[in-house]
Amino acid sequence: MNNQRPPHPLWLLAEVTYRCPLHCAFCYNPVDFAAAGPELTTEEWLRVIRQARAMGAAQFGISGGEPMLRDDIEILVAEARQLGFYTNLITSGIGLTAPRLAALKAAGLDHIQLSFQDASREANDLITNTRTFELKQEVTRLTKAHGYPTVINCVLHAANINHVDRIIEMAVELGAEYLELANTQYHGWGFLNRSALMPSAEQLRQAEAITEQWRARLGKRMKIFFVAPDYQENRPKKCMNGWGEVFLSVTPDGLALPCHTARMLPGFAFPDVRKQDLASIWYESEAFNRFRGTAWLPEPCRSCDEKEKDHGGCRCQAFMLTGDAGATDPVCEKSPQHGLIDNALKLAAEVRSGRLDQPIIFRDPKTSRQLKRPF
Amino acid sequence: MTTPLPAEGRPRIGRLFRFQWEAAQQAYVLLYPEGMVKLNQSAGEILRRCDGQCSVAEVVADLERTFATSGLQGEVEAFLAMAEEKGWVSWDSAAESAS
Repeated sequence: MNNQRPPHPLWLLAEVTYRCPLHCAFCYNPVDFAAAGPELTTEEWLRVIRQARAMGAAQFGISGGEPMLRDDIEILVAEARQLGFYTNLITSGIGLTAPRLAALKAAGLDHIQLSFQDASREANDLITNTRTFELKQEVTRLTKAHGYPTVINCVLHAANINHVDRIIEMAVELGAEYLELANTQYHGWGFLNRSALMPSAEQLRQAEAITEQWRARLGKRMKIFFVAPDYQENRPKKCMNGWGEVFLSVTPDGLALPCHTARMLPGFAFPDVRKQDLASIWYESEAFNRFRGTAWLPEPCRSCDEKEKDHGGCRCQAFMLTGDAGATDPVCEKSPQHGLIDNALKLAAEVRSGRLDQPIIFRDPKTSRQLKRPF
Repeated sequence: MTTPLPAEGRPRIGRLFRFQWEAAQQAYVLLYPEGMVKLNQSAGEILRRCDGQCSVAEVVADLERTFATSGLQGEVEAFLAMAEEKGWVSWDSAAESAS
């Protein structure tokens, strides 16, 4: 552990519910979300918001599940905004009706990020297992009319990556200022469906090339972020910009986490915001201190000159792949277990070629209860 | 590439940004979607005067009066040109703000 007091959190992410009208197979929520306890009440969320702001957090994100399934989002936004938070709503747009959007605007909501799943009705409705395509287009027009910049996020995977050209075109038609093309992170349901979701290296290369062409054509009109998938890189990402450095996430049932997928990690007692205040959770809990900084790192990270750059990568990925949350992220080619990544890539290639069958498992509460596993 | 500053322009904080004092940082900051820019003292003092009402000349005059100094125009204009590039400020021309 460091002798130095850790920095205060800058980000509070409120995952207000696991309920969701969509059933996306790439969702990072835990597979066993249906076993989570009761959701925090409005009063409990307000207390969390006030505590985080008092600690110096300046960004407040609301996501889920689909946050708009709760009827108190306007109340949470109003309080966060009034305290000086920059308020971000991360939504599929389902439930973001005209009256609610007007109320959110009045409450001071600063920013909306809309998720899209694909550019065609067929593909959107297939991967979400819903009929929601036109609705999302309508919501985009509505947010624009309220003066919000249009910021679209689209998760890429094997079933839509060949539509990147059409996805970017759709974002242009919708007048988006920002488009994030984020390759699937294999957590939760995404990990369960990994082999079916993973694109080939060639598909990725093409998608990046097409993105580059659009960037050149669009200039400042629309900014496109392309988030490369971990598995096809040779260095891991500095997960959450460091464990317990800037980011604090709270689950629907009140667990405080240093990253939004950490609840799957075994051997942790993640603190409950109903029982402990955020400051003592952030500064004193074993869970937030265990992987803080770089002193805990194993070899080959410990003696690696890049350790400050990535802090050994993603703890959840290390655990899902190696069974040890304290291991080097196997995405790194210096990891002695990097072969696990090669195996995963080979398995996905078998599925893409049709030699191996892996049906997609959609995210829904019934399946969640049947599977009874975190990822 | 920077465009010349409009002489009659009245700078205001850009649409994607919110400018405020952060006690935890002991600094003025610009907040934007999922991020924050911590400003040094001179940047903070310039931006807090960019209210869409004051012209650049008025911003400069107020800074010079407040800090009992002179000759700030060049520095302020250079900063505002950079700030516009980053989207931190936008410009309302006198004609637009009158309409």
